[in-house]
Amino acid sequence: MQDAKAERKRRQRKRSVAIAWILATLVVLFFIVTIVRLGGHVFDRPA
Amino acid sequence: MSDTTVQAIPETYDVALGGDVADYVALLKPRVMFLVVFTSLVGLVAAPGTMHPVLAVAALICIAVGAGASGALNMWYDADIDARMARTAARPVPQGAITPQEALTFGSVLAGFSVICLGLMANWVASALLAFTIAFYVFVYTMWLKRATPQNIVIGGAAGALPPMIGWAAATGTVSLESFVLFLIIFMWTPPHFWALALIRARDYERAGVPMLPVTHGADETRRQILIYSLILAPLGMVPSIMGFGGMLYTVVASILGAFFVVFAVDCYRTREGEAADRAAKHLFAYSVLYLFLLFTALLVEQGFGITGGSVLPLNWAL
Repeated sequence: MQDAKAERKRRQRKRSVAIAWILATLVVLFFIVTIVRLGGHVFDRPA
Repeated sequence: MSDTTVQAIPETYDVALGGDVADYVALLKPRVMFLVVFTSLVGLVAAPGTMHPVLAVAALICIAVGAGASGALNMWYDADIDARMARTAARPVPQGAITPQEALTFGSVLAGFSVICLGLMANWVASALLAFTIAFYVFVYTMWLKRATPQNIVIGGAAGALPPMIGWAAATGTVSLESFVLFLIIFMWTPPHFWALALIRARDYERAGVPMLPVTHGADETRRQILIYSLILAPLGMVPSIMGFGGMLYTVVASILGAFFVVFAVDCYRTREGEAADRAAKHLFAYSVLYLFLLFTALLVEQGFGITGGSVLPLNWAL
């Protein structure tokens, strides 16, 4: 019973860490893709 | 194949534990994902014009996730079949590590996510092709053809053949004759590849009630069909050379690989008894994987490094 509880917690933690990594990677990916798609215009500032 | 490896789907899933990360990774069919990414990359690199490397990598990630989603949805629907086959009984759903509902949700979310992201990051032609590929694999192949006809992997093979077209479309926003030829090569490669495996696993498929060709028409007819498709595939592999997007390296590689494919297919056709027959089918199956990998690698090297006279920039990308 105790083992099952510990195993459940371990798996839950591993899933949470994996989701966190995926989300962080996606944030970086979306940021870079946005910069690339905007191209040189990313540095344009309104006059 | 030993009957002792066959398992029934557990009636109650061990939902209390929940799936491990590795189970979710297995749900994506990583080996299929690799092949999809590789063939997409070749389509992307072989396409004319330029694509920013960041956008190319992003597009490939979307295609990979789309392929993984197809795998997850396939495992959701085919859990009953998977449980009866030794090759697939250890998959997460028949094992009870992940519930069918979780697999369905996981696959659906990833499918939608990959299609939308590919549209936003590359273009909507590639996105539509990816959506079509996922839908074809899940609805046409998995839900219908696989359980209905021995032509399942012939028609269903279209889903596995589309990735180079998606890669090409991601780079150009169009579908062209060249990308269609890449599609055709994988399409004609699929039957001899899968039927060689089916010859070895015929009892497995029979037990699971999947109407693969060796089950419905026997091993001899399967060997005949393998030979026919191989005889079509070998010259088809030369078409990129004829059309001009395969250079000298590709032509030499395609000629040699095609000739050996026919040799292995003839060996499989002629060797029909005992362990030697199994061995011949295994050799053909293993060689078919090598064939596709090397054929597309030749195209990748030529196009990517401009050996055919194109851009000398690595991978033909605009930097």
